[in-house]
Amino acid sequence: MIEKILARSSGEKEVEAGDTVACAVDMNVLIDMMFQYWHEPLRIADPDKTAIIMDHAVPAPTLADAQSGIVARRFAAKFGIDRFYDVGRHGICHQVIAENALALPGQVLTCTDSHTCAGGAYNTAARGLGPAEIIAILCTGRTWFTVGPTFRYELIGELPKGVSGKDVFLHIAGTWGDATNHNLEFGGPGLASIPMNDRRTIATQAAEISADFATFGVDETCAAFLAAHDAADYTPADPDSDAYYADVRTVDLSGLEPYVARPGRVSNNAVPISHVETRPVNQGFIGSCANGQLDDLRIAAEILDGRSVAPGTRLIVTPASQAVYSDAVRLGYVQKIVDAGAVVTNSTCGACFGYHLGVVGDGEVCLTASTRNFRGRMGSPNAEIYMASTATVAASAITGHITDPRTEEL
Amino acid sequence: MTAPADLHRITGRAWIFGDSIDTDAMYPGFAMKLDTAEAARHVFYDLRPGWTEQVRRGDVVVAGRNFGVGSSRPVATLLKHLGVSALVAEEFNSLFLRNAINNGLPAITVPDVRNHINEGDELTVHLSQGWLSSGDVRIEFAPLPRMVLDILDAGGLIPRLVRDGYLPEEQKAAAVR
Repeated sequence: MIEKILARSSGEKEVEAGDTVACAVDMNVLIDMMFQYWHEPLRIADPDKTAIIMDHAVPAPTLADAQSGIVARRFAAKFGIDRFYDVGRHGICHQVIAENALALPGQVLTCTDSHTCAGGAYNTAARGLGPAEIIAILCTGRTWFTVGPTFRYELIGELPKGVSGKDVFLHIAGTWGDATNHNLEFGGPGLASIPMNDRRTIATQAAEISADFATFGVDETCAAFLAAHDAADYTPADPDSDAYYADVRTVDLSGLEPYVARPGRVSNNAVPISHVETRPVNQGFIGSCANGQLDDLRIAAEILDGRSVAPGTRLIVTPASQAVYSDAVRLGYVQKIVDAGAVVTNSTCGACFGYHLGVVGDGEVCLTASTRNFRGRMGSPNAEIYMASTATVAASAITGHITDPRTEEL
Repeated sequence: MTAPADLHRITGRAWIFGDSIDTDAMYPGFAMKLDTAEAARHVFYDLRPGWTEQVRRGDVVVAGRNFGVGSSRPVATLLKHLGVSALVAEEFNSLFLRNAINNGLPAITVPDVRNHINEGDELTVHLSQGWLSSGDVRIEFAPLPRMVLDILDAGGLIPRLVRDGYLPEEQKAAAVR
């Protein structure tokens, strides 16, 4: 799948693992943080293949972030970049990319954020790059990729109730560990039972096992999602029937239960919730590009409805975009979440990267439905960050300790 | 005039790190609120406190597998600020590798390097000839593709964009921020 996209993009007939190819980029996304590392070009390749999304630090929590905003606005105006998602139209870039169909099947998308592999949910060769490289693509419209070998995840069975894409990902990370310099490909008969929000959670988190690209095929569910977001004129990339994989790994969705990753990393460090220690939770967090989607707020609202966050526990909920926030208000999710004693923040990357709106302190235990559980990621290096699904975090916020959302001790 | 190949020869003192050293261990979230010089004081802040006072210009960071997993934040700018001349790892996260090269910091993959090099050893690497030596040890490795070496030869992407007329000349020497 990924070889096909990179071959198309590089103008080669075919490419294979080990090749280094120069590719044309279909969409290049700049985020607010990169304006801290800014070099203003004299000319750019194509304003129509460029988007600017304000996400990590909005509204500006520091003077430096405020200054970055000024630079971004001036740059967007000067070069006529229409796809500028400024504060008010903002959101976490991978959410805004999805809402506006900036990631299209068979295309190449680049962005200054490591979770850009999220776009693979839409069959896009999407990956995160550093600020200097994004500036180079802005100027030239091109970059290079070394094609890595691919692991195929063959999904069978159906996702059980109460088990989500997060749990699928944590099962994969816990079972097979790192996929450094490899691509991930998801498919198989079980895919149909995985909704688009869960596919994006899985694709997003590929970065956590150090993968390059993570792609899903375009099935009816994906095509319907794209049509609902006015995507048109795309050519999906499907794997050949004789495609070579470094490994084919079968995931039986029917047998999965909620998973929890212990602090530090997800690779070889995630276990079924029945195997995890019962830790008290000081802070629950539901948010980020992985789990700040409308479905996450719906799930949180359903679990929290009529209940209360436990004394001694905080629950922070951060919608992934202004659009998610607006929908969640309209649908009544925000009311239920707030009435339970949780905090709903502005949409931003916020606490996920330990920058603002829910940083954790020394000795605290955080259970997070976000992207990353590195030591120190969400604040103090002396805090412990466990990772689980939105449902698990919401259920645990009610009991005050790590709790299986399928149990009814709630 | 110096032959270009000589620029590919780097000698420095080794600092040895472990497996799966993540970006947040080198460039924590709170340091993203600071300028480069200040942020650089927090590299390995928790993993090896005080290291930024000990590292000297020309030193080489040697790490294990999956080096640099995590964020796109440009850790290489901090390592360069501290004087690090090259990164050697048994395996790199590809985003971290790209960030290093794109910022003009050589990064080479040498499987099992830690079986041959100890902390404090002086080592020499040759980027395009593909060898690393230290004392009696000499290890061959696959050199970076030409397309990638070209970026290092230009001093990184930003100087190359200046050279190619995409960025104004005065930005060539400008530090980030």
